[in-house]
Amino acid sequence: MKFVDEFRDPDLAKQILGRISQTVTQPWVIMEICGGQTHAIMRHGLDQLLPDDISLVHGPGCPVCVTPLEYIDKAIRLSLEPSVILTTFGDMMRVPGSEMNLLTARSRGADVRMVYNPLDAVKLARENRDKKVVFFSVGFETTAPNSAMAVSLAKRERLDNFFLLVSHVLVPPAIEALVSSPGNRVNAYLLAGHVCAVMGWCEYEAISTRFKLPMVVTGFEPVDLLSGILAVVEQLESGTSCVENRYERVVTREGNLRARQLIEDVFSIVDRRWRGIGTIPQSGFALSSSYRNYDAETHFGLESHVVNEPANCISGAILQGLKKPPDCPAFGKECHPVSPLGATMVSSEGACSAYYKYALTTQRK
Amino acid sequence: MCLAIPGKLLEVSSENGLRMGRVDYGGTVTTACLEYLPEAEVGQYVVVHAGFGLSVINEAEVERTLAIWKELYESAAQQGVDIHGRKLESDTTTNETPEESG
Repeated sequence: MKFVDEFRDPDLAKQILGRISQTVTQPWVIMEICGGQTHAIMRHGLDQLLPDDISLVHGPGCPVCVTPLEYIDKAIRLSLEPSVILTTFGDMMRVPGSEMNLLTARSRGADVRMVYNPLDAVKLARENRDKKVVFFSVGFETTAPNSAMAVSLAKRERLDNFFLLVSHVLVPPAIEALVSSPGNRVNAYLLAGHVCAVMGWCEYEAISTRFKLPMVVTGFEPVDLLSGILAVVEQLESGTSCVENRYERVVTREGNLRARQLIEDVFSIVDRRWRGIGTIPQSGFALSSSYRNYDAETHFGLESHVVNEPANCISGAILQGLKKPPDCPAFGKECHPVSPLGATMVSSEGACSAYYKYALTTQRK
Repeated sequence: MCLAIPGKLLEVSSENGLRMGRVDYGGTVTTACLEYLPEAEVGQYVVVHAGFGLSVINEAEVERTLAIWKELYESAAQQGVDIHGRKLESDTTTNETPEESG
């Protein structure tokens, strides 16, 4: 497949791996932020091919994983309202709330529908004017422009039966929180390719300078990932730190200016709670005042509450790169994809599901 | 999930005032919103995330990136070493590229 096969070339990957081995002289911990990259690393076995001195830890870049339990509960509560059609991405359907998931709610009569694109939810609102259509909008800077377009279209069409339940989060404040935490052991970051396709990498430059962190924008194929790892290792070994782009075919420094503009028009930056991590200041989006009429929490009067995670789930530590899935006593035993304890196992992007799918039998690295 | 596979833009249309397109992923065709890619043209490859085109693949950058690796690979091979300075063996794959390109 064009623009895929070239970046899966095993000979080229082998060459880059060799160069990494030759460059590294001491142990380094590198975090890939994006859950899609975690899966690519595990699927291609890159973690097993790297020199022992390089340890990859997996970051919080899994939208489903970091959506707080109370928002899952809010979505379930809304779905059970007779007037509501609750729509969301497929990944969210099986995430356990404190009592049930959205699929269970649907089996109890809730009108829950999976959509591929938030514009499909606007279409439902257009076609079902007697219903209130709520799109449960989660994710990072990659899905925010999509929800922004959906709600701006609803406003343009004067649809008063379309609402967003917003739980959007942002990567840069999360990196700052991780770097500043006392348990931090990460030396460098692979930045999420698609988040940077939207936002560019300019907003990471201040973080890289402030914390002296090597940061490299990285894609999803083996050559992309290894090239990103080589770039951070070269910086680490030479004692330098800056933001580099190794996903040049997709990402520019400024990102997608149209998408950024609409995000700025539709959303305001607010404090957000992250599942497993806690509240991070100024780390997410909420609808701005000009779109408040479309805010499901305001319209339905949903109150905030904090719900505790299952005691035997360590997904919080995994999302912060403090532990790896095999470190969890429940991993592969009482916690598996059919019956997950936490979101890192239920989500297709979660680190636990990646390890379960690709590396259950490998030894802890 | 971040779908990293670029799709080929087959057709551009308008729907409810939005720029839309049909995108082909090696035989699987889906619809994507192209409002954020006003510059995308039929025949180009685009990165789509959750139904929205986010970026047009920069083909010049693809060629540049691969050319840099190839250059390193070949210049090292001409000196009888691989790109990390180890002596090449006659039957390794590292000898193949210079021969092919030559």
